[in-house]
Amino acid sequence: MADMTSPVPSAPLLDVRDLGIAFRSGAGMVQVTRDVTFAIAPGETVGLVGESGCGKTVTGLALMGLLPSATSHITGSVQLEGENLIGMPARQLQRRRGAKISMIFQEPMSALDPVFTIGQQISETLRAHRSVSAKEARERGIEALARVGIPEPALRFDAYPHQLSGGMRQRAMIAIAIVCEPRLLIADEPTTALDVTVQAQIVDVLGDLCARLGMAMLFITHDLGLVAQTCSRLVTMYAGEVIEQGRIDDMLVRPRHPYTSGLLRSLPALAARKTKLPAIPGRVPMRGEMPDGCRFRPRCDFALPPCEAPQPLDPVPPVGQVRCCRNDELELKGVLS
Amino acid sequence: MSRRTLKVVGWRLLQVVPVIVLATFAVFGLLQLVPGDPAAVIAGETATAERIAQIREMLGLDLPLWQQYAQWLGGAVQGDLSTSLITGLPVLDEVLRRLPNTLLIVFYALLLAVGISLPLGILAATHVDGRVDRFVTSIASLGITVPNFWVGMILVGLFALQFGWFPTTGAVSITEDPGRALWHATLPAIALASSGIAEITRQLRSALIEVLSSQYVRTLHAKGLSQSLILWKHGLKNVSLTLLTVIGLVFNRTLGATVAIEAVFAIPGTGSLVVASATNKDFPVVQGVVFILVMIVILCNLLIDILYSILDPRMNKQ
Repeated sequence: MADMTSPVPSAPLLDVRDLGIAFRSGAGMVQVTRDVTFAIAPGETVGLVGESGCGKTVTGLALMGLLPSATSHITGSVQLEGENLIGMPARQLQRRRGAKISMIFQEPMSALDPVFTIGQQISETLRAHRSVSAKEARERGIEALARVGIPEPALRFDAYPHQLSGGMRQRAMIAIAIVCEPRLLIADEPTTALDVTVQAQIVDVLGDLCARLGMAMLFITHDLGLVAQTCSRLVTMYAGEVIEQGRIDDMLVRPRHPYTSGLLRSLPALAARKTKLPAIPGRVPMRGEMPDGCRFRPRCDFALPPCEAPQPLDPVPPVGQVRCCRNDELELKGVLS
Repeated sequence: MSRRTLKVVGWRLLQVVPVIVLATFAVFGLLQLVPGDPAAVIAGETATAERIAQIREMLGLDLPLWQQYAQWLGGAVQGDLSTSLITGLPVLDEVLRRLPNTLLIVFYALLLAVGISLPLGILAATHVDGRVDRFVTSIASLGITVPNFWVGMILVGLFALQFGWFPTTGAVSITEDPGRALWHATLPAIALASSGIAEITRQLRSALIEVLSSQYVRTLHAKGLSQSLILWKHGLKNVSLTLLTVIGLVFNRTLGATVAIEAVFAIPGTGSLVVASATNKDFPVVQGVVFILVMIVILCNLLIDILYSILDPRMNKQ
């Protein structure tokens, strides 16, 4: 059982088991994710990928305890350094947010408070978790801005969000998230809203920070190209379930799940040149119209009658897992050989 | 004050001139549609037509309208708001004598409106769709639909006539006896405040709900800030602009509503003065009141603009 659920050999920093999220909607509850299980080792960078609507962001928010308690119901466990965050009293959870576990978001334009300076927004984070003087908070805030590569950090410290470009705002957002040097950073599509040239810079900054601070990162994205650069492991989600995970080097060579294979091969940068880009037909099923058995079955080229049964997460030696009963017999194409 | 703020003030002051000219001109024109003849009022019921014509000439009422208006405006520019056609007394003195009574109930009402709607709006916004919220929202809807003067009449009937807690009518000068002045002003102020309370509560509620569900508030939660810090520091600063706008609008509307409320409570303020003068076509008095009220409204808007440029850093973008 231990081998099944924790593919990371050493004691994990974050251990997510059977995480299920349901939202109250009208009369009943709608299950958004179920049995989400993965782990992150200290200092490790893990990519969480899947199409829009697969439950990636919701999973990230659930890890942070940011889903509204009135309208959502969370089951399973999320252990951060051995403490279960699910069901933890709000006050205690609040003390860990921003200090041990931080999150950055997709839209740097709207994720910063427009009427406070960047500096005020960094300092208040620091002062919420550490007892520092105003002067010290300023120094450490400027230091954090320098660390994320913002030029003239002392000047930018007193700037308002609207005075910065999108890329600079995302850097400022990162500075706020890392100022308390958390153990884990959840980056939810941090580059999606940015120019391509800026995207690479932000990914570099994040990779650099992880290395320097010994910080682990959960990189949520639909862009597998970014994941291939930064992450050592990959978790694929589909329709609210983890369907495959493993070392990125293994998965790029031989993905075990047809969905992961499809995602990889539909990437222009990674796909073989001079071939038509293969697309995955169909779309992610809507909540409430989930197919029985394998949820990817209606879109899968390899579906057979056994796929109509519920699919367990099977181990893939040495450290991977896959939710596909045909994973052994299929020789799926990756993007590397 | 920043340079930007000074620029705002300068620009606003420049705008005052055409606004005042337009406002007084419109009032002057409208006044001509009102039936009645000041010359006839002064001359008395038994006067002959000749006598009335004589008085009319004396007052300059036989001149073309534009000349009458130009004369008045020329005086006003020099600080002379002319004299009443009926009483012959200086208009400025009369307006300034009555203005404190009006301003007392207006500011009292504004204070009540802000003081009551602020906690109501915050309570509703932090308990969306809860029982508190539904109660507050329905009270607010009621407050918007019910007219001020009707509230005034109900208040008089209940708290003045029935219980005798407050005087039914009249006013006491705030400088003579502040305590009794406030006692007299309480019912009119509540009546005036009723729609303001409703308006500010509704606007504050919806603005605060929007702010609290915004992405940057989610960031604040992700940073580990406490619920109360998020509400009182970030929530309130972000809704302060909406709040300012609404308070400004409510102030202007309240000033206008004094006309009816002063009639209900028989308060010798500018509202009742304007009603009496309009009936007699005593246009210098009407003009004088409008002139002073427009100045007050402009001053209020100016103050709000200055506060805007202080509160919202985005305003300073060139």
